[in-house]
Amino acid sequence: MNLDSAFRTPHSALSVSFTLNGAPVAIEIDPADRLLDTLRYQLALTGTKEGCGEGECGACTVYLDGLPVNACLVPTYQVRGRRVETVESLDPASLEPFERSGATQCGACTPGVVMTAWWIREHPDLLRTHTIRELMAGNLCRCTGYDGIIDAVKDAIGDA
Amino acid sequence: MKVLMPANLPEALGLLASDGAAIPIAGGTDLLVHWPIRGEAHDRTYVDLSRLDPLKALGWTADELMLGGLTTYWDVIRDGRAREEFPLLVHAARQVGAIQIQARGTWAGNIVNGSPAADGVPVLMAYDAVVVLESRRGREEVPLDRFYSGYKQMQRRPDQLVVAIRIPRRRYSYQVFEKVGARRAQAIAKVGLAVTRSGAGWRVVAASVAPTIRRCPAVEGLLETGTPIASPAALLPAIAQDVAPIDDIRSSAQYRTHVMARVLYHDLRDFWGKRA
Repeated sequence: MNLDSAFRTPHSALSVSFTLNGAPVAIEIDPADRLLDTLRYQLALTGTKEGCGEGECGACTVYLDGLPVNACLVPTYQVRGRRVETVESLDPASLEPFERSGATQCGACTPGVVMTAWWIREHPDLLRTHTIRELMAGNLCRCTGYDGIIDAVKDAIGDA
Repeated sequence: MKVLMPANLPEALGLLASDGAAIPIAGGTDLLVHWPIRGEAHDRTYVDLSRLDPLKALGWTADELMLGGLTTYWDVIRDGRAREEFPLLVHAARQVGAIQIQARGTWAGNIVNGSPAADGVPVLMAYDAVVVLESRRGREEVPLDRFYSGYKQMQRRPDQLVVAIRIPRRRYSYQVFEKVGARRAQAIAKVGLAVTRSGAGWRVVAASVAPTIRRCPAVEGLLETGTPIASPAALLPAIAQDVAPIDDIRSSAQYRTHVMARVLYHDLRDFWGKRA
C-alpha cells in the first residue's frame, strides 16, 4: 500500500531523468517519493516488492549504478542522471536455479533475492573476500530457510 | 517537503548557512526508514548531497587515510589497502546491515547520526580519527573522541558539513572490533568494542553502553599501567567509571556490563598485568 499518497500534502513537482533498465526515462515526481514507489506506482514495475520499509529485508533490492540497494531507502530525486535496474531487467530464466533448489515459496522475497544473486554471479571476484551467505545477508526469507537460497546461488554461478 | 539540490560544495554550504533547519541527506539509510508514515519528516527541508562527487572518494597520503564526506562502507570494504592497514574499518563496515546498506551508508552519516550503537564510529575513534567540518565561515577539525557531548549532541553547527574524516596511519600491534548482537547479520549492537594499541597507546572504545560512543579511559589506564586483572569481575570498577549502560529494547544494563567485562577480559588476556 502506498501510504505516502494518503498522508502527504500537495507538492511542487520535480523533473527527474535517469536510465531505467537500459532505457532513458523522464518523469515528474514529488520530492517525498521513494524510488520504490516511483517504480511500482508511477512506472508500473511491480516486480520490486515492499517488505519492511526500513532497509532490513531486501525485498525491494534494485541496482543503482550497478550496486544492490534498498529502493525503499532511496529518494527518487537522488537517481537523477544515474542508472537503475530492476528485476524486470533480468532474463526470466534467472529464476530457474531457485526453483530447482526449492528456494522459492511465497515469492515475496524472491525478486530481491534473485537481484542480489545475479549481482554476485556477475561479479565472481566478490567471492575472493566474501561468502555467498554474507553477500545474501540483506535478503530475508521467512519461508524456505536459507540453505536452498545458497544452493541456488551456487547453482547460478556454476558451482553446484 | 522541500529538497535543495546543490551541484557543488560551495553551493551546499551556502544553502546550509541560509537555512539553519535544513537537513543534509547523503545515503538516506537512516533518514528514509519508515518514511511514508513519518509525516513530520515530510515538512522539513533537505539538502541533497548526492551530486557532490568530489566528496565521494577516499584518499591515501604518506601520513593518513582520508575518507570523503560521502565515502560509503562499501568503498572501504573494496579498498585493498584499507583491508591491510585499517582492518577494523573493513570488519565493522561488513557488519553494517548488508550490501544494500553498505553501498549507500556513509561514514560521515554514521558520525552525525549520533547513534550510541553505531558500528562505524567505534572503529574510527579507536584509530584516532578527526572529523573535518566545513562551512562558509571556514574549516574546523574536531577529534572524534571529543565530538560528542551527550545523546545525539555533537560539535557540529547546522551550517557545517562533514567533508572528510582523517585517520592517521600508524603501526598497530593489536586491534580488534567486537560487535555483540542478536544475530550475526542485520542486527544493531547490544555492545560494541573497538580496541587498538599503537605507539600512541591503548584505545578502548565502547558502543551501546553510554549515551554516546566513547573512549574508556579507566580501562585504558589498566592496560597502560599493567594492572593485573584476574577475572572479568575485576574489570567492573573501571567499566563503571567509563560507561553508563541502560535497559532498553535490545538488552539490559546488567547484561551489557557483563558482556563488556567478559569480552575485554578474554580478548585482552595476553595483556593484563603487562606494562605497556
